[in-house]
Amino acid sequence: MLRLDDIDAGYGAVAVLHGLTLSVASGEVLCVMGRNGAGKSTMLKAIIGQIRAGAGTITLDGMRIDGLPAHQVPRHGIGYVPQGRRLFGGLTVAENIEIGLMTRRRDVRVREKVLALFPRLRERMGQMARTLSGGEQQMLAIARALCLEPKVLLLDEPTEGLQPSMITLIRDTVLTLKAEGVATILVEQRVDAALSVADRLAFMVGGRVAEVLDAGGLTPDAPAFARHVGV
Amino acid sequence: MDFGPFLLLALMEGLVTAAVLALTASGLSLVFGIMRVVNVAHGAFFMLGAVLAWFVAEWLPGPPALAFAAALVFCPLVVGAIAAIADMAVLKRLNYEPEATIVATIGLLYILEQAALSLFGPDARPVEAPFSFRLQLPWFGYSGYKLAVVVAAALVLLGVWLILKHSRAGLLMRATQEDRDTARAFGINVDRVYAGVFAMGAGLAAIAAVLIVPISQAHYLMGGDPLLLSFIVVIIGGLGSLRGTLVAALLIGLSDGVISTFFAPTLAKIIATLVVALVLVFRPQGLFGKRAA
Repeated sequence: MLRLDDIDAGYGAVAVLHGLTLSVASGEVLCVMGRNGAGKSTMLKAIIGQIRAGAGTITLDGMRIDGLPAHQVPRHGIGYVPQGRRLFGGLTVAENIEIGLMTRRRDVRVREKVLALFPRLRERMGQMARTLSGGEQQMLAIARALCLEPKVLLLDEPTEGLQPSMITLIRDTVLTLKAEGVATILVEQRVDAALSVADRLAFMVGGRVAEVLDAGGLTPDAPAFARHVGV
Repeated sequence: MDFGPFLLLALMEGLVTAAVLALTASGLSLVFGIMRVVNVAHGAFFMLGAVLAWFVAEWLPGPPALAFAAALVFCPLVVGAIAAIADMAVLKRLNYEPEATIVATIGLLYILEQAALSLFGPDARPVEAPFSFRLQLPWFGYSGYKLAVVVAAALVLLGVWLILKHSRAGLLMRATQEDRDTARAFGINVDRVYAGVFAMGAGLAAIAAVLIVPISQAHYLMGGDPLLLSFIVVIIGGLGSLRGTLVAALLIGLSDGVISTFFAPTLAKIIATLVVALVLVFRPQGLFGKRAA
């Protein structure tokens, strides 16, 4: 589905990713973990086209997407939930959803399907996004990304600062999408949250993938977590 | 004339100034609010609108109203197209860096002024008003055209508000204003939005110029005052706030009308500048602007 081969990328003269290679298949949840500064968020930004890969290739179903203008990447089916949500805070919930639907020609069916996953948003449609609670904002950030009907969903620390009930809702949503065949790359710092959904775990160190493990059978006290995440 | 009618006359003059100023400044505010570009060439786009209106009036045979109506459609489109080309050819290449775009728009200002000087000449030239209706009040007569300018400006501003709040294009603009990187992540072609906004801002200045040119004449250096007053208005109103721009334009326009009528136009400019200084000291984000995080 989505494949990154030997990617170098960074911010101006500051190189962050060094020969990063990674792939995620349809219906798979790949959880990416690592310490701060390992390059997890930078990798997602490289996929979505917010920063340019200086070397290497990014392919989606065999088609190169690393050279596309950033606004064309989501049109090929990549949904992105940025760290810190980055909602359009001055726009209403309905308008945020509408922005998500723009590549889908405002398809009512998609809208209804997404709102069925997050019924609380339906009660907040006229409310400014910045006035929502943290949990509701995360719901909206995910709902907005799902409006793209993504083949690949990129989630950057979606459980950060949320209460347990919200974390459960996000986990259930990821599992629902997995059952529908959506490939998910989940950047996560919480080991329990990662293990509850991941098929595989990729540990990043210094801008490259240091280790990839199957999640099945792993426990939170596995040595890999202590080695790469510091728990 | 008694004080009351004199004040009424001053307020009516001020209202005309405010209407044209609101149109011009809303273009400047729109460009800054969405693109974060301080467009020093905005006055040149205003001038270009007036100069093109003169060319249209000269070349188009028939009654003045026909030429004026044609200018009202043609000039904003041409000025908007020039602005869009400037955006794509210059500002986009500078990646909309604030300092670089200020220098670039200063360059654009000189290019447009010198082009107007070459093609239009150094003289001020009049454009005939589309109609010559005079409203006769008990105390004095007043130009019906000037009142029409106020109504037209109000309608255009209403249109801008409707576009921003209730159209797909407006939604794209507002989303881009909020966060251009995230907007791109949802398929919004930010480059196209920016070109459109820059064209719209310049087009608004051109509409203001076409409306005012039958009152003030076209001249290749006429953009200086509207640029200065527009900056005053957007600083007082709050950069990027359309509501603030309208309120500040009314404040500056009406005070300009009253002070110019009762005292002197120079005093009106001095007071406006003083108000800007006070706003910058005590409320740097402007009356309706958002405080920087």
